[in-house]
Amino acid sequence: MAALKETVSVVESIDVDAYKYGFSTDIESEKAPKGLNEDIVRYISAKKNEPAWLTQWRLDAYKRWLTMTEPNWARVHYPSVDYQDLYYYAAPKSTPGPKSLDDVDPELLRTYEKLGIPLREQEILAGVETRRVAVDAVFDSVSVATTFKEELGRAGVIFCPISEAVQTHPELVKKYLGSVVPVTDNFYATLNSAVFSDGSFVYIPKGVRCPMELSTYFRINEQKTGQFERTLIIADEGSYVSYLEGCTAPKRDENQLHAAVVELVALDDAEIKYSTVQNWYPGDSEGRGGIYNFVTKRGDCRGRNSHISWTQVETGSAITWKYPSCILRGEGSQGEFYSIAVSNGYQQVDSGTKMLHLGKNTKSRIISKGISAGRSQNTYRGQVSAHRKADGARNFTQCDSLLIGQDCGAHTVPYIESKNPSAQFEHEATTSKISEDQLFYAMQRGLPAEEATALIVNGFVRDVLQQLPMEFAVEAQKLISISLEGSVG
Amino acid sequence: MTMLEVKNLHVSVGDREILKGLTLTVKPGEVAAIMGPNGTGKSTLSYVISGREGYEINEGEVLLDGENILDLEPHERAAKGVFLAFQYPVEIPGVGTMTFLKAAMNAQRRARGEEELATPDFMKCVKDASAKLGVSQEMLKRPLNSGFSGGEKKRMDILQMALLQPRLGILDETDSGLDIDALRVVSEGVNSLRAPDRAFLVITHYQRLLDYIKPDTVHVMAQGIIQRSGGPELALELEKHGYQDYLSEEAA
Repeated sequence: MAALKETVSVVESIDVDAYKYGFSTDIESEKAPKGLNEDIVRYISAKKNEPAWLTQWRLDAYKRWLTMTEPNWARVHYPSVDYQDLYYYAAPKSTPGPKSLDDVDPELLRTYEKLGIPLREQEILAGVETRRVAVDAVFDSVSVATTFKEELGRAGVIFCPISEAVQTHPELVKKYLGSVVPVTDNFYATLNSAVFSDGSFVYIPKGVRCPMELSTYFRINEQKTGQFERTLIIADEGSYVSYLEGCTAPKRDENQLHAAVVELVALDDAEIKYSTVQNWYPGDSEGRGGIYNFVTKRGDCRGRNSHISWTQVETGSAITWKYPSCILRGEGSQGEFYSIAVSNGYQQVDSGTKMLHLGKNTKSRIISKGISAGRSQNTYRGQVSAHRKADGARNFTQCDSLLIGQDCGAHTVPYIESKNPSAQFEHEATTSKISEDQLFYAMQRGLPAEEATALIVNGFVRDVLQQLPMEFAVEAQKLISISLEGSVG
Repeated sequence: MTMLEVKNLHVSVGDREILKGLTLTVKPGEVAAIMGPNGTGKSTLSYVISGREGYEINEGEVLLDGENILDLEPHERAAKGVFLAFQYPVEIPGVGTMTFLKAAMNAQRRARGEEELATPDFMKCVKDASAKLGVSQEMLKRPLNSGFSGGEKKRMDILQMALLQPRLGILDETDSGLDIDALRVVSEGVNSLRAPDRAFLVITHYQRLLDYIKPDTVHVMAQGIIQRSGGPELALELEKHGYQDYLSEEAA
């Protein structure tokens, strides 16, 4: 047991400085006054020059929100958030809608450079054998740059900030916004509906296979600022898109709020693959600071044989409350959820998915790998349900938890509900520890403790890593090792 | 000149003293057999030399090529050439065998300040060594030791030894759980690795293994110390009379 004892002592002195995205950018920004009221909602709407229907939509959400209370059923604990002590809008001052990258503040470009995110298309093109990825970069409340717009445009693909889509494609936005996650859905989603700032909008026309990966990088920079991005992706009949999302934030002593909403709509025979590498600042070794990540993500398999797949690698945030879900409405539609959730230090994760089988012969698959270290708590919470008409619905769920050290916890909370006798649901769950035997075996062959742990953990998450696009898989693998640094003796 | 020198080693686990002043020397090129009854501390000795945690070292030294290695981490000792073939090799699910082998070889090379192996060279090393040991390509494709039979696991351990080319190979009850064919393959693997600058510590309960791996010296271990040392004939004597003498002596 000596190794475990040492593990605990190392974890106690854990060095969260491993968080390499913890720098902040010194940039002048324009903020709405602190706090939330109708005027702030109008202010945000006016800043975006929104049509009246959208302003009203926001105001309705705000009024609704006032009547709601924060959910408390998740296995997370934190002091209550003072919603009047936050800024709801912050924009880098020099960018009143940049026309090209040359108009973007160089300081901002440097920030993205530091994050390793290429915004200049020629740089991407110069890269040998690099697959091209179109990027939308969102800094605090606004989108600062979107690459490859022209080339995507030729394929008929719309990829732009949602604030821009409101102007250029109002009919699409009006039709689909809030159609998957209704304004009234939950406390955080309703708050987001009232104050959402920016995010990405994607529309893939009928029969188009999106010619490149699309990705959005979210960065929270300002202090005491909430980030409320809104993403809407529509895959029209027979189309395909793969979308990647990455998130980072500076180290700050206070907690920062992130309440995003992501809506996916897949029509007949369409497929959406949505991958997330979430690496918000997790807080320091004492549990100070870090992002509160309260996110609502939902995909609607609206058409026949449509397919939505969520893959997430969650390593950041002080608190994660997140359940990317699929509504399997179309006959023969498929939903997938692949998740790796790593928690260390004092992080608390309550994450999972919902697979709601409404249509006939719908299929879903859930593979969840939770890794807890330090003093963290990691909960998988998942719901699988078959409604009366969901003949032949099938689900397979596998939840594995791995514990590193003695002061962390792993919890599995499945909700399974079937109203149709022909539904077949399978649920498998395991909880294990990295054994001292495995660790010693690997070290005896020459691997240092950290490398040995990383190897064992990578073995544990392999099934899920295989689901990520290649570049992301490599990045995710590194991220997992960094997140677990200092968790072994 | 000696390669391994264990001097007056006292080791306990919790309140129980297991090694009680053990002294042993092994020369380069030597194959030394340690024989003794169950529960006498043979495995403890192999773990203490290789650096496993959980053992309290109260007194004594373990020198490898003249350097005390007791303060080194297991992976540092491995890089200096200590290799332990396990009595029960461990399964590591999801980790590809080839991935593991390459990580281990390169970690040791890095620790010694050598260049990492290029993939084609690595593949060639593995191919040559695995053919000799009857390790199939199919086995190499599976996760490390996962679903391997007892014999396959032992062969995988010997394959690792062949790849890592240690200074000192410790075989901890390698014969346990092996049928006669597997025993022969494993022994041949070990014999092919015998070299003037390499030593082996062969820990076993039975004479049987020593029919295949011929020792230069035999040490009888009982009650936490080496009771008697001699040549190969000592093993035959033990086979005839058992360990009774050493146990009763101690009791008296």
